[in-house]
Amino acid sequence: MSKDAKFCMGCGHPIVLQTLYKILKNNNEEQKSVLGLDIGCSLLAWDFLQVNTFQTHHGRVTPTMVGFKRAKPDSLSFAYTGDGGAYSIGLQSLLWAAKRNDPVTVIVVNNSVYAMTGGQTAPTTMKDQITLTAPVGNSEEPIDGLALVRAVNKKAFVARSSVNNPKQLQEYLQKAIESQKQGNFSIVEVLSYCPTSWKTFGVETNNFLEELKKVFVIGEY
Amino acid sequence: MLEKRFLNGHEVLVEACIDAGAMQMFGYPITPTTEILSGWINKSLQNKNLHCLQTEDEVAAGFAVCGAIMAGQKAFTATAGPGTVLMQDALSMADGMRLPFVALIGQRGGPSSGTVIYSQQEVNLAIHGGNGEGLRIVLSPSNLEEMYTLTRKVFNYAYKYRFPSILLTDGYLLKTRQSFSLPETKIENQKLLALVDEASQKNIRNIYTLEKELMSELEKNKQDFEEMSKEIVEFEIYLGDNSLDEIEDLIIAHGIVGAVAKEAVDELNKQNKKVALFRPITLSPFPKDELNKLAKKIKNIFVCESSLGQLHDLVKQNLEVTTKISGIFKPAVGVEVEEIVDLVLSNK
Repeated sequence: MSKDAKFCMGCGHPIVLQTLYKILKNNNEEQKSVLGLDIGCSLLAWDFLQVNTFQTHHGRVTPTMVGFKRAKPDSLSFAYTGDGGAYSIGLQSLLWAAKRNDPVTVIVVNNSVYAMTGGQTAPTTMKDQITLTAPVGNSEEPIDGLALVRAVNKKAFVARSSVNNPKQLQEYLQKAIESQKQGNFSIVEVLSYCPTSWKTFGVETNNFLEELKKVFVIGEY
Repeated sequence: MLEKRFLNGHEVLVEACIDAGAMQMFGYPITPTTEILSGWINKSLQNKNLHCLQTEDEVAAGFAVCGAIMAGQKAFTATAGPGTVLMQDALSMADGMRLPFVALIGQRGGPSSGTVIYSQQEVNLAIHGGNGEGLRIVLSPSNLEEMYTLTRKVFNYAYKYRFPSILLTDGYLLKTRQSFSLPETKIENQKLLALVDEASQKNIRNIYTLEKELMSELEKNKQDFEEMSKEIVEFEIYLGDNSLDEIEDLIIAHGIVGAVAKEAVDELNKQNKKVALFRPITLSPFPKDELNKLAKKIKNIFVCESSLGQLHDLVKQNLEVTTKISGIFKPAVGVEVEEIVDLVLSNK
């Protein structure tokens, strides 16, 4: 099904990717699917699944997949990104793709930090959360990217799930794919583990994720 | 006899892109290339095979071009000045992944927002604007008929050799309206290539784990670029009434200044000056061997350009003889025939 994961031990990315792949395989849609990858931990998915993939630049996967889908409307186009790529450097393009209702599916893996660079403050870092660039705690509230998307697009499928609820994650990803097939934009944000940046062990990692769920509302928007 | 029409540069470019088989443009309005975007949109109303998206910025336009190319569609963008700066993000991805990325650049004055119509200050940016020594094909036309032919070549080179390819022009030439006719010989289009398709699984990357892996990729790119150079390098030597053997002075200019310099050669001939023009058409790859062959016999070189010296630097990099170089360097301002004539005549 996949190669060995290049992700850190305990990372949530493989859960998201395997869940996506399971759906594509069940639907017999692996071949028509293309997974564009943002730069950040997302880039490590480049040879993980048996689907076409390509890496892009940090924050640029959404406009790249907008171009791909417009050139090949019969494809299933996924933009796979982290929270920094989606809501900070790439926010402008994310909102405009949503506003235009471009029929692509954006998957945002939200672990509340810039993880590939070691754990700096991200747009999704919680208030008072300690990061490498907020050593005394983040002074700001995090951004709710999904609320922004909903504000510019009433037709899109917009939902948030988490890696410790794979059943719900699968349901939302399936709905997002359906939304793309119907010609609409879709976005699924997945709250995900990053024990390396969080410096958590065992159950602490899951507890951290549960804390994230208190800040980021789970469900369909 | 082919039909003659009265067209401007924007109209010629749109027509050339359509004839090149381009199907989609992604762009953002910026002077002096906005009319390429609006011109393309107008054509797409008549031809349902043509598509366009006005994106949120040049960054998105560039990456959407990358995405469309990945999917196997001939796509392109047009931009200028500060937009050319933003375009470097996507161009750098195209450099790294050897994407057949086509950009039409209309140079305007800089730095910053500068002036909006004309300069020759984006030569360095077009050739070397990416991080990490990406290799690009850059062509500079001096009139509208050449603009058409070179645009067709830009697409063909991009797809044949898989290097990002740029048509580098300026707002003066884009706004020029001239008598125009299509070239006598038909230009065939290179075949499309889909980098990603359903027939095979590909995993395409632009980031490497090992330094040596990246180095060997770049060495291969360099080798490919050098092999290609022999096939595509292009230039014009304009002698006026002189023969090659009697040339003493050489003017070097590109683009619209090249057209001006041609008139200066004619004028100088009337005054018995043995002067010729060397006009690089491919700024990258630069016609190095051809310039050096010519420069051996030359006493004085005059570089004339609408920049502080970007063409001058290119010439210096490539010149193997120590011929004296002087010139006219007018950043973002046009060069006139009389100035070139005076420069050559005043040289002792």
